[in-house]
Amino acid sequence: MTLRLGSRILANTVVWGYALVILGPTLWVLSNAFKFKIDIITGATISPFTWINFNELLFSRQSDFLANLLNSAVIGIASTAIVIVVATMAAFTLTCLDVRPWVRWALLGWALLFHMLPTLTFVGSWYLMFSSVGLHGTYFAVIMTHAVHNLPMALFLMMSFVGALPRELIQAARMDGCSYGQVFWRIAFPLVRGGMIAATALTFIFSWSDFAISLTLTSRDTMTVPVAIATFAQEYDIRYGEMAAGTLLSIVPALLLILLGQNFIVRGLLAGAVK
Amino acid sequence: MPAAAGVTRGGIDAMISNEPSYKERRNKRWIAISLLPAVALFIVLTAFPVVNLLALSFFHVEWREATSAFSFVGLDNYHRLFSTEKVFWDGVRNTAFFAVTAVSCQMVLGFSMALAVRTAGSYGRAVLTGIFLLPIVVPPIVIGTMWRLIMGREFGLANMLLGLLGLGPVDWLGNPDIALASVIFVDIWHWTPFVFLLMLAGLESLDGEVIEAARMDTRSRWQQIRHVVLPMMMPTIVVTLMFRVILSFKVFDEVYLLTSGGPGTATEVVNFSIYRTFFRQDQVGYGSAMSIVTLFAISVVIILARGFAQRRAARRSAVS
Repeated sequence: MTLRLGSRILANTVVWGYALVILGPTLWVLSNAFKFKIDIITGATISPFTWINFNELLFSRQSDFLANLLNSAVIGIASTAIVIVVATMAAFTLTCLDVRPWVRWALLGWALLFHMLPTLTFVGSWYLMFSSVGLHGTYFAVIMTHAVHNLPMALFLMMSFVGALPRELIQAARMDGCSYGQVFWRIAFPLVRGGMIAATALTFIFSWSDFAISLTLTSRDTMTVPVAIATFAQEYDIRYGEMAAGTLLSIVPALLLILLGQNFIVRGLLAGAVK
Repeated sequence: MPAAAGVTRGGIDAMISNEPSYKERRNKRWIAISLLPAVALFIVLTAFPVVNLLALSFFHVEWREATSAFSFVGLDNYHRLFSTEKVFWDGVRNTAFFAVTAVSCQMVLGFSMALAVRTAGSYGRAVLTGIFLLPIVVPPIVIGTMWRLIMGREFGLANMLLGLLGLGPVDWLGNPDIALASVIFVDIWHWTPFVFLLMLAGLESLDGEVIEAARMDTRSRWQQIRHVVLPMMMPTIVVTLMFRVILSFKVFDEVYLLTSGGPGTATEVVNFSIYRTFFRQDQVGYGSAMSIVTLFAISVVIILARGFAQRRAARRSAVS
């Protein structure tokens, strides 16, 4: 269908104009990372370029940001690994094997409901549970809660990938005498690797971005990047430059995901919403 | 190839006549083992907490030197919540207002922009998609930080620009009359791109011939949209709407950073009430009662909405 020139121009104006609405404020804030504090406060349009904010943020004695980055990475990687293994195994079984209907129904129904409920209604209870066994503020507490929090999304996503595998292949493996476990490890697992990479990337991003759980379950030693950024923003004397620098570093994983795995993002976010 | 089927009872065993019983046992065991970790995680960290919250909601918990003293108070917490509480219900009202306003603006804006762009005759598709995905993949706390800086009273970009026009300064987040509107604005900024992308994808997957036929029928542009495009887009619209409404009940990060519910209760939302009661006021029993009421209310909304969506889908497939 050929579009008239007028509507072409309209389309491009709308879409690029809107892109500017998104990008403009973002770039303005991020540009503060490379400015001296005095220029940020006076709102100077042209200002000298500096790395000082990054230096202060990462290497000064008063800043724990390097440790925060490390914490976020450890928690993100560990919880993602757990989620992907658990979700892939469960997804294969639920999609391909003879599970009792009530088990399937209960598991998926609960996963879907939990996926939709506000996290905040659970964190209080998690806090009490982990405190009572002396695990509050440990990596373990945050890793396990991040894992369960992201499990429904990964489960639905992996079910859609496993469901797309050619059924004949799995049937053939069964005829050749593979047990269910062997079918999973030798056939399904290698074939669904692309899907696992997508689910891994998304799960990691969600763990990396999480604020509510990390805010309530981490201690000073296990504090993650989002909590650190929130602390910056609430100090009496806001350190604008360092805050912008921290913000910039915290969105690196998101930028990488956009560059490398654009197609999976929408699908992952909607996992469970479409039947 | 069959489409990704949901239920496949006996699907992959269709051509197996019979198996030795030791193999069958091993297969049964595999089913149990592969589901066990997921089931265990859900039971320990989601089902048990709900039971825990329910139990706690009947207690008054007091902290004394790192130990807690529980005293059973029956339904007192619920009684207090439904009779004397004010902040929580302000939060409920704000959350509802937030959900309705923010989501409807996002839907209308996203849909009309998608209509304007339609067949995506625009350049730099991948770059654009990347830009539109940006707000939804960066940590939400970053969005809050950004807008806190932009809407800052003294050094914020918004007031600087207003200053150039000789207006302002406006206290975007500190004035009780506009704080909620500011928070809603941030949410609209945050999520409209996603709605737009979904709507655009939906429009692109429509049958071009039907729309062409409607155009040949010399219907007006508005009639085309109203009677042809809109009904065809309904599935996409319903999915997007449900997704957004449910997410807007979860709002917390941005509110925490932008206003912390203030000034007064102007931007109080349910999640923030729960957080404050639990973690800042140490009222565990009362906070649990709030959580339980919220969980119950939202579950009811979700189940009703899903039931509605499924009935709708069933009716559609019956028609076609």
